[in-house]
Amino acid sequence: MWEFCQTDGSLDLFGWLVTARISIFIEVIDMITPTTQFTSTSTMGVYEPIHQISMWDDTFGGTISPNTDVCIITQADAKLDDKCEYASDRSLEPAEDNQTAKSIRDKVQRRLAQNREAARKSRLRKKAYVQQLETSRLKLAQLELELERARHQGLLIGGATANMGLCGNVNSGIAAFEMEYGHWMEEQQRKNSDLRNVLQSPIADVELRLLVEDVLEHYCNLFRMKRDASRADAFYLVFGMWRTPVEQFFLWIGGFQPSELISVVMPQLENLTDQQLAEVRNLQHSCQQAEDALSQGMEKLRQTLAQSITTLAAGAGSYSSQVVSTMEKLESLESFVQQADHLREQTLRRMSCILTMRQAAKGLLAFGEYFQRLRALGSLWAASPRKFT
Amino acid sequence: MHYQTESWNSHKPTKSSSSSVITDPLAHIERLASDNAVVIFSMSTCCMCHAIKRLFCGMGVNPTVYELDEDPISGKEIEKALILLMGVSSVPVVFIGGKLVGAMDTVLASHINGTLVPLLKQAGALWL
Repeated sequence: MWEFCQTDGSLDLFGWLVTARISIFIEVIDMITPTTQFTSTSTMGVYEPIHQISMWDDTFGGTISPNTDVCIITQADAKLDDKCEYASDRSLEPAEDNQTAKSIRDKVQRRLAQNREAARKSRLRKKAYVQQLETSRLKLAQLELELERARHQGLLIGGATANMGLCGNVNSGIAAFEMEYGHWMEEQQRKNSDLRNVLQSPIADVELRLLVEDVLEHYCNLFRMKRDASRADAFYLVFGMWRTPVEQFFLWIGGFQPSELISVVMPQLENLTDQQLAEVRNLQHSCQQAEDALSQGMEKLRQTLAQSITTLAAGAGSYSSQVVSTMEKLESLESFVQQADHLREQTLRRMSCILTMRQAAKGLLAFGEYFQRLRALGSLWAASPRKFT
Repeated sequence: MHYQTESWNSHKPTKSSSSSVITDPLAHIERLASDNAVVIFSMSTCCMCHAIKRLFCGMGVNPTVYELDEDPISGKEIEKALILLMGVSSVPVVFIGGKLVGAMDTVLASHINGTLVPLLKQAGALWL
């Protein structure tokens, strides 16, 4: 039966039309060249329309174009006629007049040349068409991402969010990050489930360690993704543009605040020794000091930028040295995002060192669940109707 | 935001200190680094340098800071040598007890895993 890989509705319908036309063609060719080998129609239906076209192409050598199928059928008929003509000509040739034979041969030659030309044009058209399709596909993926993001953020009318979301100016590095983040979140949910299951059974520390290491590595992957994305747009990272507004409320330089993480997780842990408690307290204190330092660095950045903006001469060109140096200051935001993520990673690792494997697993689960709930709340808020007085 | 007054020692080069070209910048850096318990090479315009200074002050340490952009004599040379030493960026770079600790990421990592404070105490920059 005809099954199509669904990308979206429009492709599906088009695919059906293309394949329907191809099926007609197949039947025509079948009549003409019964000995030609090609894949059966039932297997053709399983592939996407583009694959069907290319398979077709491979089999019949480039005479396909959805727009010229009617012409091809006509030409096929013409070919059939030609063959019949030619066949009959052959049998009659010795007995026929040279003039008639020559004119018939000319007619055949002309027809063949026309066919070749048509085939060539059709190949070029097909190439252009396929290229157009591929760029449209990419554009569609980007638009879907924008829509998803705009939906999450509740589409503030007239706000910067709306401008960015609807302008279509999505940086490809950012688009890639959003897609990867979606996958990362799904994987994170799976790992949370693993942690939950594992903690309910009396599992050996050695195996627990593997899972804990795996979860930590998964967070490191996120930091790596963010590092790459911050090169594309550091502001996007700092403000957590891929998150819901409720999540953004809790953001500290583009992510969770390490000292807050410790406050969230600690009540969920049991049986900590005095030594462990002291070490966790020290860790939290160190985190706070590091966070203060980075926050003050950010504040200094804001101040120097403000000064820079006030001293920008009126009518300074885009590439004047003043503007260039101001732009360079903006670039330093990237290093703050990186240091903040570095601090998060170090805090997570240090916690897993202080705690026992079982405690670490519980802590990571508590942390993961906290963020899942926060995100769910954010989505709920974004989707709920606003009250207007 | 309320700003604390600057509490670190800023080293300004005296006229008699050195000639216009340092023969061995790395040795010069080492000499400067071993003069004080905590030495930070910085630039007054760099915000990450500001953050690192704040970190040490917040811990009660009084670092010696060399602002390379305010040193017309040897600032450029030291900056180039630091780039060679560190790789990518030149500042901030921290020395404790005359030994190289590194840039912001190393300092943060050692603070989180608890090795920074003992190092500072050992160098005599922190008491209790």
